[in-house]
Amino acid sequence: MAALINVPAKAKRGDIIEIRTLTSHIMETGFRHTADGALVPRNIITGFTCRYNGAEIFRADLFPAIAANPYLSFFTIAKESGKFEFEWIGDNGYSSTASASITVE
Amino acid sequence: MQTTRRQFLSIAGGVTVAGTIPIVTLRPLEATPAMLGTAIRNIVGEAQIRTGKVKLDIPPLVENGNTVPITVSVASPMTATDYVRSIHIFNEKNPQPNIGNFHLTPASGRAQVSTRIRLADTQKVVAIARLSDDTFWQVSTEIVVTLAACTEEMN
Amino acid sequence: MTLWHAIIVAAFVAAAPALLAGEIPPDARRSGYTFMGPDTRAMQDDDTANPGMLFVLDGEALWAKKTGSAGKACADCHGDARGSMKGVAARYPAFDKTLNRPVTLDQRINLCRANHQQTTALPYESRDLLALSAFVSHQSRGVAITAGDDPELKPFVEQGHALFMQREGQLNLACTNCHDDNFNKRLAGAPITQAQPTGYPLYRLEWQTLGSLERRLRSCMTGVRAQAYDYGAPELVALELYLMSRARGLPMETPAVRP
Repeated sequence: MAALINVPAKAKRGDIIEIRTLTSHIMETGFRHTADGALVPRNIITGFTCRYNGAEIFRADLFPAIAANPYLSFFTIAKESGKFEFEWIGDNGYSSTASASITVE
Repeated sequence: MQTTRRQFLSIAGGVTVAGTIPIVTLRPLEATPAMLGTAIRNIVGEAQIRTGKVKLDIPPLVENGNTVPITVSVASPMTATDYVRSIHIFNEKNPQPNIGNFHLTPASGRAQVSTRIRLADTQKVVAIARLSDDTFWQVSTEIVVTLAACTEEMN
Repeated sequence: MTLWHAIIVAAFVAAAPALLAGEIPPDARRSGYTFMGPDTRAMQDDDTANPGMLFVLDGEALWAKKTGSAGKACADCHGDARGSMKGVAARYPAFDKTLNRPVTLDQRINLCRANHQQTTALPYESRDLLALSAFVSHQSRGVAITAGDDPELKPFVEQGHALFMQREGQLNLACTNCHDDNFNKRLAGAPITQAQPTGYPLYRLEWQTLGSLERRLRSCMTGVRAQAYDYGAPELVALELYLMSRARGLPMETPAVRP
C-alpha cells in the first residue's frame, strides 16, 4: 500500500523534528450499509508504530473515527543518524510498513 | 407514549455506567453523553480530570465531516521526569466515542499530534492528556459540521 | 431592453468574442480552491499530506509496469512522464482522428491499452485507471488549460455548452443556474463554486477517495434528481470538454482536494 512519509533528510542533534505520515486505507467504519441494507463490515487500521533505530518513539491506537487514508503527524528529538521504521496494522491481518532515513550531524 | 430508541439507549447507558465496564450489546446510531463519559472513564479510571494544558486545534466550522484536520498539543517541558505519556481524543455523537489514543515518550520533544478524523454531526470533541505524574488534563470544543450540498449516491 | 442597453451589451459581446452566452470572463475565473477553507487548502498544498498524491504514487508504479500481450509499459513508448506528459491533461478532452470525436484522458489511456499494449481496458473509476490518470494529469500541474482550442472540437464544445445550459431533473436545474449565476453563494452551507475542473482527478473529502470529473458530474446530476449519464457517455465527454474549455487559462492543480 502506498505511503507518503515526510521526515527531514537532515537535522542537527537535539532538533525537534516533525514526522508526517499518510497511508492508503479505506478505514471502513463498520457502520455503513449497502443499498440492500447489508452491513459493510469494519476494515480499519487499528494501530501505528514508529521506531527510531529500533526504539519505539510513537504509537497510536486508531478507531473508525479516523478518516480514510490516515494521516498522522508527531514529533521526536533528532538523536542520531539512522532509520525510522513505520508500521501500520489493522483488521483482517492488515500489515504495511515504510521507512525513511535521516542524517543527524 | 412510545419509547424512542434514543430514550431507551440513554436509560440503558445510565444503568450500565454504574461501576462496571459496560458490554454494549446494542449498536446505537448515535453515541450518547453517557457513552462518552464511559469511554473517558475507561482511560482515566477514578482520577480527577483537570481542565487546562491541552489545546485543540480544529476548524470551528468543518467543510466536510468525513475528513476533519485536528491537532492536539499539550504544554509540557517534555523532559525525562515531566512529559506527556499519552493523548486521547473522544467525541460525543459518532457511533463510537473513541477517536484515537496516542502514546508519546520523553524523546518526543513536543507533545503534539495531528490527524484527520470523522465527525458525524455537530458535536463536542474532547482531548485528554495523561502526564508522567499520572494526572489527567482535558479540553473540549464544540464543532459545527455541515452536510455536503448534494446527496452522493452509490454510483 | 432600451436601445442604449442593447448597444452596450452588443459592444461587450463584440469585445469578447470567445465567450459563449453567460460565460464567466477569463479574468473572473476562479478555481474551486479559492472557495475552500484554509484547512482544506492546506491539505492540497502539501504533497506529503495530500491524499490524492497516494494515487499519483500508485500511478507512477503502474506507468512503469509491463502489461498485455505486447508486454509493454507506458514508459516504453512515452519514456519519462515528467517530460512526455507535461501539458497533456491541460488539453484534454482531445479530438481523436480515428474515432472522429473527442475522448477523455481516461478513454485515451484505455485506447492505448487496447491499441498499443494489447490488453484489456480498465473499468471507469477503477483504482488503477484513477491512479494512471492522476499520475498523467499531475504532470500538467501549473500548466494553463487549453482544452477545446482545436477547431475540430467546435461542434462538441457547443454540444457540451447546450447540456450545461439545459434544465434537468426533478429539481429542474441547469448547471448554469448555480455555477454561472450563483457562485459564491451557498447551498446547504457549502459554497457554490464556478465548477472549473482544474484539479481532476481529485480527492473529494465526501468520497474519501480520488474520483474523476465524470463521477462528480454524475453526482451533480443525481443531486438535481436527474438520471445520470453512464460513464463514458458522449454527453459526459461533451460536458467535460465544454467545462475544460470554459476554464481556459486556469492552471491545472491535479491532484486537488475538495470538500
